[in-house]
Amino acid sequence: MSNIDQSKIRNFCIVAHIDHGKSTLADRIIEKTGLLTSREMQDQILDNMDLERERGITIKAQTVRTVYRAQDGNEYIFNLIDTPGHVDFNYEVSRALAACDGAILVVDAAQGIEAQTLANVYLALDHDLDVFPVINKIDLPSARPDWVKNEIEDVIGIEAQDAPLISAKNGVGIEEVLEAIIDRIPAPKGSADNPLQALIFDSVYDSYKGVIVFCRIMEGRVSRGTKIRMMATGAQADVVEVGYFGAGQFIPCDELSAGMVGYLTASIKNVKDTAVGDTVTDAERPCAEPLPGYKKVLSMVYCGLYPADGAKYPDLRDALEKLQLNDASLFYEPETSVALGFGFRCGFLGLLHLEIIQERLEREYNLDLVTTAPGVVYKVYRTNGEVVELTNPSNLPDPSEIDYMEEPIVTAEIMVTTEFIGSIMELCQERRGRYLGMEYVEETRALLRYELPLNEIIYDFFDALKSRSRGYASFDYDIKGYEQSELVKLDILINKEEVDALSFIVHKQSAYDRGRRMCEKLKDEIPRHLFEIPIQAAVGGKVIARETVKAMRKDVLAKCYGGDITRKKKLLEKQKEGKKRMRQIGNVEIPQKAFMSVLKLDDSK
Amino acid sequence: MRSMGVYIHIPFCVRKCAYCDFLSMPAERTRQMEYVRALKREIAQAAQRYSGRTVETVFFGGGTPSLLEAEEIAEILDCLRAQYQVDADTEITLEMNPGTAGADKLLRLRNAGVNRLSIGLQSAVNAELALLGRIHTYEDFLRTFHLAREAAFSNINIDLMSALPGQSTAGWLCTLGTVTALEPEHISAYSLMIEEGTTLYDNLETYPALPDEDEERHIYQVTKQFLAEKGYQRYEISNYARPGYECRHNSIYWQRGVRHTADYVGFGLGASSTVGAERWRNTSDMERYLQQDAAIELDYNSQKTERVCAKKTGHNAIREDLEELSKDDRMEEFMFLGLRMTAGISKQEFEDSFGIALEDIYGDVLRRWTDRNMLIQQGDQIRLTDAGIDVSNVVLADFLL
Repeated sequence: MSNIDQSKIRNFCIVAHIDHGKSTLADRIIEKTGLLTSREMQDQILDNMDLERERGITIKAQTVRTVYRAQDGNEYIFNLIDTPGHVDFNYEVSRALAACDGAILVVDAAQGIEAQTLANVYLALDHDLDVFPVINKIDLPSARPDWVKNEIEDVIGIEAQDAPLISAKNGVGIEEVLEAIIDRIPAPKGSADNPLQALIFDSVYDSYKGVIVFCRIMEGRVSRGTKIRMMATGAQADVVEVGYFGAGQFIPCDELSAGMVGYLTASIKNVKDTAVGDTVTDAERPCAEPLPGYKKVLSMVYCGLYPADGAKYPDLRDALEKLQLNDASLFYEPETSVALGFGFRCGFLGLLHLEIIQERLEREYNLDLVTTAPGVVYKVYRTNGEVVELTNPSNLPDPSEIDYMEEPIVTAEIMVTTEFIGSIMELCQERRGRYLGMEYVEETRALLRYELPLNEIIYDFFDALKSRSRGYASFDYDIKGYEQSELVKLDILINKEEVDALSFIVHKQSAYDRGRRMCEKLKDEIPRHLFEIPIQAAVGGKVIARETVKAMRKDVLAKCYGGDITRKKKLLEKQKEGKKRMRQIGNVEIPQKAFMSVLKLDDSK
Repeated sequence: MRSMGVYIHIPFCVRKCAYCDFLSMPAERTRQMEYVRALKREIAQAAQRYSGRTVETVFFGGGTPSLLEAEEIAEILDCLRAQYQVDADTEITLEMNPGTAGADKLLRLRNAGVNRLSIGLQSAVNAELALLGRIHTYEDFLRTFHLAREAAFSNINIDLMSALPGQSTAGWLCTLGTVTALEPEHISAYSLMIEEGTTLYDNLETYPALPDEDEERHIYQVTKQFLAEKGYQRYEISNYARPGYECRHNSIYWQRGVRHTADYVGFGLGASSTVGAERWRNTSDMERYLQQDAAIELDYNSQKTERVCAKKTGHNAIREDLEELSKDDRMEEFMFLGLRMTAGISKQEFEDSFGIALEDIYGDVLRRWTDRNMLIQQGDQIRLTDAGIDVSNVVLADFLL
C-alpha cells in the first residue's frame, strides 16, 4: 500500500445545492468504479443515518475510497469525501474541502444555480480547489443544459462549455465524469519524507476502537506505533491502526502517506481530543506549523431540553453523553427550571442541528422531550465592566446592572425569482434585516444580500421564506459578528405566575407583537380549567399583552348505566391520563406541547 | 339470600333515532321470535349459577322492548320466575316508545307482571321530535300515557331530553310544564350528548345550533328548580322522582359499590353483567348470539371453566370482555358511581365494604375538591355540590387509582 504512486490519487468532493443530486452521483461513481457489486449498493451509500435518508441531506461527512481503471489503462485511487449539506455545518464543510484537491460542482439542469450552490462553490474556490461543473438531471423535460452552462460561466466564472451532461439517476454520462476527475482534478502534492502533517476532517466514536479519526495526510507518513499529537488540543496517543474507507467499512492497511486519505485509531476516548480542523503530527518528529484554518466550533443556538417524564432525567443524560461521543459540536450542561424540573441547556450549531439531535434523542433513545424556545448567545455588558455570555434568558441580570447588550448578526444570501423579491424583502424587513444589495443572476432571478440578527432567523425564517416564495427561495448565511441591540426579556405569566421555560430575549420593537402571538397561541394550547386563567406577556414587570382561558362550565356525563360503566370509566381514565402529561404551574396544568408550539408562531397573522 | 337485578336487552327498533348510540337494529317478526327463544334459553341456562337468588328488579331495555308481543314479555318473565325467586314487589320495568302498544297490549303487559313503564317521550314539541328522528308525535305519547294509566300502571317514568339543537330555556320549560301536568311518578331528564357514530354527530352542521355551555347549564339548573316545585326530587345527575319512586333498578348500578351484594345480570345481545368481582358483556353479534348452544351450559358450570370456554369455544361463547374487578376497581366505582347520586356516598359504608377508611385512600382527593367547593361533607355523607355536578368528570376522574 505504501508504494502507491501519488500521481494516481485523486481526492475530491462533490458540492451542490440540496436536492441537486450530490448523493446520487456519489452512488454512481462508487458503482462504476466497480469495488461494489450491485447487490451491495444501498441506495445512497453515503448518507447512512436513517434521519439523513429521510431528510435527504447529509449530516455527517462520509468518505469512500474506490479504484478506477481509466481509459489510459492505469488504475486510479479515488477518495470521495462527502460534505454535509447544510449551513449549520459550514465549518465541517470547510474542513472536508480542505482535505480535497478538487471538487465536482453538480448543478440541476432545470433549476440552475441556487444560493447554496454559490455558497459551496465560493467555499471550494476559497480553498484553492479546482472545480469542474457537471450538469445533472438532463433527463428532466424541463432541463435547459445550455442555459445552465451559461449561467455557471456568468455567475461563478468557471468554464462550463464542456461540462459533462449527466443523469445520475439513470446512470447517463458517468464515465465522462470519471475521466474528467482524472483530467481536471490535480494529483496531491506533499512528500512522505517530511514530518507528519495530517488534517482531521471528521471523527466517529466506536465502542471497541475508540475514536476513529478521519484524516488527509498532507505531508509525511503514519503507521501503527507512531506516537501522534493533536496540535490544537495537545492530546497524544500511540496509533493502533491505520486504514482507508471501503464503502461502509474500515479497511486496515500498513501505512498512510502524503496525499492519502484514511483513518487512524489510537485508543482515544473522546472526540473532543480530535477536533475537526486540528492537525495531527508525529510527537517525536513534529512538523513546524499546524495546517491553517482551525477554529474552535461554537454553539450558535441554545435551548433547554427536558424529559417529559421527570424520572427519565438520567436516561436523557446518558443519551446526550453518547451523542456527544460522535458530535463534538453538541454542548450540554445541567440546568433546572421551575416549570420543567431537571434538564439540560444544550448548544447547537444551528436550528437544524438542534432538530436533528432532538429527533435522534426521541427516536434512537426513545425519550419524550420538552424543548424550550431556542435562543442565541447574547453578550451582556454589565455596568461593572463584566461581559456575560447569555445562553439562558433566565440568567439575564437585573436591567439596572446592564449597560448594554449585543446580539449575533449574520450575512445572508437569498436567491429568489424576481416575482417574489418584494415579499422576501418585506420578510427581511420584518426580521430587522439590513439591506446590503441585490444582484440579478439572470433576468428572472436575483441574489439578495442582507444582514439579519441570528435570533430572527432561528425560529421559522426558513419556513416563512419558503411559504412566501412558493418554495422557490434558497438561503444561506454566515456569522458576521456581534452588534449592539436593544434587547428585552419577554416573560410569560400564566395565572399570574411567571413561567421561566417560556421566557425569551427579543428585540424591543418585536416584543409587543411576539408577546401577543405567544398569548394567543398559549390560549389555544392550555385546556380550560375550573377557573379563569389569565395569560400575560410582560417586559420588565409591565404587562404588554393578555389573553384569558375561560373557566370550564360543563364536563358531565348525563347518562351512566350498567352497560356503560366500562366505557365511561375509560373516558374518565383518558381524562386522568391527559392530566399526567401536563406540567403543573401553580394551579394550572400546561400540556407539554404548549412549550413547543410557541416556537412556531405563524407569520401569516 | 343474595339478591340481584336483571337486565334484559331487546335490541329492536322501528327506526334508529338521530342521537342514539345504543345497540339496536330493525328486525322482522321471525327474527324477533328467534331472539326471544334464544333469550329464554340463555336465562334457563344461567339458572344453575344463580338459582335461588332473589330478583329484586327486572328491566327490559332497548332498543324498543314494547315492539315485542305482550305474550313474549310474559314468557320471558315466566322463564325468570321458573328459575329464580321473583317476588310480588319486584320492580319490573319495561321501556316503551309512544304508539307501540295499544290498550289491549298494555293490559296484558300489566297482567304479565310489568309494574313500571318508562316511556321515551324526549320532547313535548313535535318539531323537536322530528328533529331527533323520533317515530311519534306528542299526541301519540299522550294516548299511550292515558292508556297506561287506564291499564293500572301506577309507576311511570317519562324520558326527556334537554339542550336539543335550537332549544331555548323557555322551550324546555314548556316541555317540562306539559309533562309534569300529567303527574308521572318519575322523570329522567338528560342533557343531549352528541355521541360519535350517530346521525346527529355526523351531520351536526345541518341542525340548528346547540345551546351554548352557559345556556345548557342554565337549563340544567332550572330543571332542578322547576321539578322540585312540582314535587320531584333530583336523586341522580339526570333523574328525578316523587318520594319513594326512585328507580330501584338503576340504583343498583350506581350503588353497586355500596350494596355490593346487589349484583346485576344482563341477558340478551350486548348486555352487561357484574356479579361479585366479575364483569362481562354478551356478544353484540346477533348471529353468534342466536347460535349459542349447549356449550354455553358448560360456560356456566363454574367460573373457571367459563373463562376457559370464553377463550376456547370461539363461536359458541357469547360472553366477551370478561374482567375481574380488583379491589381498586371496586373502590373507584364505589366513588364515581356513588357520587352520581345526590345523596352521595357514606364513609362508613366504604369502610364496611373495603375494610379501610375512606380517608386513607382518598384523603387528598377529598380535601382538594372540598376546598374548591365541588364536594361537600355532611356527617358521614359526601356528595357533589351543584357546581361539582357541572364539572363532575373532572372531579370523578380524580378518584381513579
